[in-house]
Amino acid sequence: MARHHVRATVNGDAVEFLCETGQTLLEALRDELRLTGTKEGCGTGDCGACSVMLDGRLVCSCLVLGVEAEGRSIETIEGMAVGEALHPLQQKFLEHAALQCGICTPGILIAARALLERNPDPTEAEVRDGLAGNLCRCTGYHKIVEAVLAAAREMRGA
Amino acid sequence: MSSAIGTEDLKIVGSRPLRPDGVDKVTGRARYGADVSLPGQLIGKVLRSPHPHARILAIDTSLALALPGVKAVVTRDDFPDMPDEYAAAGELTINYRDVTRNMMAREKVLYDGHPVAAVAAISESVAREALKLIKVDYQVLPHVIDVREAMRPDAPLLHEAQYTEGVSPKPDKPSNIAKRLEFSRGDVAAGFARAEVIVEREFNTQPVHQGYIEPQACLASTTEDGQVELWTSTQGHFMFRAQCAKLLQMEVSRIRVTPTEIGGGFGGKNNIYNEPLAIVLSRKSHRPVKMVMSREEVFRATGPTSGGNVKVRLGATKDGRITAAFAELNFQAGAYPGSSVAPASMCAFTRYDLDNVRVIGHDVTCNRPKVAAYRAPGAPIAAFAVESAIDELAGKLAIDPIEFRLKNAAREGTQTYYGPKLGTIGYVETLEAARAHPHYRAPLGPDQGRGVATGFWFNIGGETSATVNINEDGTVALMHGTLDVAGGSRAAMAMMVAEELGIPFEQVRPIVGDTAVLGFNFITAGSRGTFAGGMACVTAARQAIDRLRTRVAAIREVPVEAVIWKDGQARPAEGSAIRFEPMSLAQIARLAGKTGGTIAGHAEINAQGAGPGFGTHIVDVAVDRETGAIRVLRYTAVQDVGRAIHPAYVEGQLQGGVAQGIGWALNEEYVYGADGVLQNPGFLDYRIPVASDLPYIDTVLVEVPNPNHPYGVRGCGEVPIIAPLAAIANAVSHALGIRLCDLPLSPPRVARAIADRPA
Repeated sequence: MARHHVRATVNGDAVEFLCETGQTLLEALRDELRLTGTKEGCGTGDCGACSVMLDGRLVCSCLVLGVEAEGRSIETIEGMAVGEALHPLQQKFLEHAALQCGICTPGILIAARALLERNPDPTEAEVRDGLAGNLCRCTGYHKIVEAVLAAAREMRGA
Repeated sequence: MSSAIGTEDLKIVGSRPLRPDGVDKVTGRARYGADVSLPGQLIGKVLRSPHPHARILAIDTSLALALPGVKAVVTRDDFPDMPDEYAAAGELTINYRDVTRNMMAREKVLYDGHPVAAVAAISESVAREALKLIKVDYQVLPHVIDVREAMRPDAPLLHEAQYTEGVSPKPDKPSNIAKRLEFSRGDVAAGFARAEVIVEREFNTQPVHQGYIEPQACLASTTEDGQVELWTSTQGHFMFRAQCAKLLQMEVSRIRVTPTEIGGGFGGKNNIYNEPLAIVLSRKSHRPVKMVMSREEVFRATGPTSGGNVKVRLGATKDGRITAAFAELNFQAGAYPGSSVAPASMCAFTRYDLDNVRVIGHDVTCNRPKVAAYRAPGAPIAAFAVESAIDELAGKLAIDPIEFRLKNAAREGTQTYYGPKLGTIGYVETLEAARAHPHYRAPLGPDQGRGVATGFWFNIGGETSATVNINEDGTVALMHGTLDVAGGSRAAMAMMVAEELGIPFEQVRPIVGDTAVLGFNFITAGSRGTFAGGMACVTAARQAIDRLRTRVAAIREVPVEAVIWKDGQARPAEGSAIRFEPMSLAQIARLAGKTGGTIAGHAEINAQGAGPGFGTHIVDVAVDRETGAIRVLRYTAVQDVGRAIHPAYVEGQLQGGVAQGIGWALNEEYVYGADGVLQNPGFLDYRIPVASDLPYIDTVLVEVPNPNHPYGVRGCGEVPIIAPLAAIANAVSHALGIRLCDLPLSPPRVARAIADRPA
């Protein structure tokens, strides 16, 4: 099967990969670039486990074709911590026990960061709405919401 | 095992350290089932039946095998048939004859999604093409989906040689009722004759899926000399090894199973599916084979729990004493026998101290995927029915529902109707804590209702092993064989070992050992992870401490009885005349090589004395009378957890269990068309709760220590899913003044109940 040559930027690095026409960006990230931090929970855009940023916009990478990444910039969970410093959201997720099995965590962190970039001071209801595209089956979301609110406070310096 | 350390002495147990696997999981490093790959691996895919019930006349794989890039194909002919042979798996029982047929159909397909063949190819797309080239000749048969229809004498039969067990004399006709079971105590007829008020109702629940976000995934590599390495997302790597060895007629030692991080299980990853297929595909192709299920495959062919039909009859005197209780539980087993009807029957009334009880259970096969355990298997279905009836009975007697439960509550020494007397339990304590909670007295608005319900689960122990290796600098490598299915149990293990050794939590590094490095571990189910796993870790730590004391006695030339272990040091026993310079763990460890070799502690135990768990839940709901939509406004879950090792993760277990129960109560269900095909095999149409569906879930941890565990642990993961179904149904019933007996309470069903209400 013919494969396309794609050039893109992932977490600030220039990358190249080959992918089939029907392969998703999620498959390209995981299987071609070996960035397995982004997870597949459904493959139909319903669970949010594959959330990444594409040119600064939150997307389900299972709904984007790999070839659509040509010339574009992608941010994944692997680029969230900077050096030794975890992102405040990552740190608050640990402190608030906001993950159990952890499979949804990368997608939720990416979605939560996108939410706080749009709205640095969300209410509880706004956090719940902002994360409504990300399924978690373990936590009941209680500690996730608390962790996002705590990270927002810290990032605002409040 | 000797217990119990007083709370006042604890330094680490009961605190909230950061979990040791946390950074891996917030940075994307953690490797789950689908994240493991090997050089040269092939991709395996499964061809599944499009029919709910059909005889397989022929399978032709020749075109698929001829497709370039296809390296192997397997069908029923590649697996040996198995006779009837039963084995324990979690809280349920498996029969190898059925397991081999469920992983690869033999004579018939019995549900939409049943595997009929599998291929291994150089890419996912080639594997998918190959599946289209496999020709299966089916003779389609009539099917049956609903449990009540499946029980009828004229229903289509799944198993022509299945005669109902537990009926005497043996029936002369085969039936979809695989088994009838009965528990009874006292004289139920006399009890109902004495009753002044009787409630009788019939309840129905739909099958729901465990809904773990990580689909099943495995990777197998088989060598030419028959050695197998298997990576898989599982709740029981030793059980998977045992089952693969059995099904493939291999020696156990030939298979090494390494458990990956598990992205949720809830009972749904107790069972093998693709693992034996991957092993044989790898054997035939001489390449590693990776198999990852799609979400659609997960819904069609794994999980779900039973749907249930439950009839309940309860009688009481006017002063609120229950005189008799009867229930009939009819559970869908799916394609093969073995639903959770037995534990459900045993749980149905066990929150109460009753003289006259009779419970009848039926395990019923129908053309759905074979059910799997789901968090307190069966108990939520039984509790939905019984706790709804209890609520109605309390209402008829004009007694507060918590007060009514207290009047009839099980306590230490209560005789159960299925066997043992209950030991030290905290049911009454949860009821009293709930009654005292401000939530219970908070005012309600219009179209709002409050519901209460309670839950009981046995919890289990079982075979468990652990190793505590004292590293050369005095830090500790802890290896345990229960899996971190609960997300956080690894932290709890390390906390208990650090507490025993008297060293900081951060100096213990816990890892889950694979099947080659530890003795056999039973599946991590039944809330046994922190109970039994913790008991093994503590036992191993105490053996290491005994060896440390012995070593110091030799170094200091004193009798071992004169050496005690306290605060991370070997030191003179208090009051002893024999004095010597204490030695820290690090000092002993540095000298270990020269004083007799490295020091470790091991435990291979069969953990006994699991402590039953009880919970009491309060929920407030608002009902939209126009649409029938229900909103959960406030939720409080009270549970006796014995002792919370890491309270944040115990709270998380309660919150997560409640959220799953809310989904079960309000939205989740398997929807089949008249053609017997599953219509909602995806998260869009099978709707699990999202963040905006739920409020904060308040938790109250009651701690009545389990006397059989060194730290009082009971196990906490399953109890919280039991009460929400009934608590929500009770709340909705109070809001509307209509008793709702069929789940889920989805908007169309609730709107219909409002419209149909007699004027």
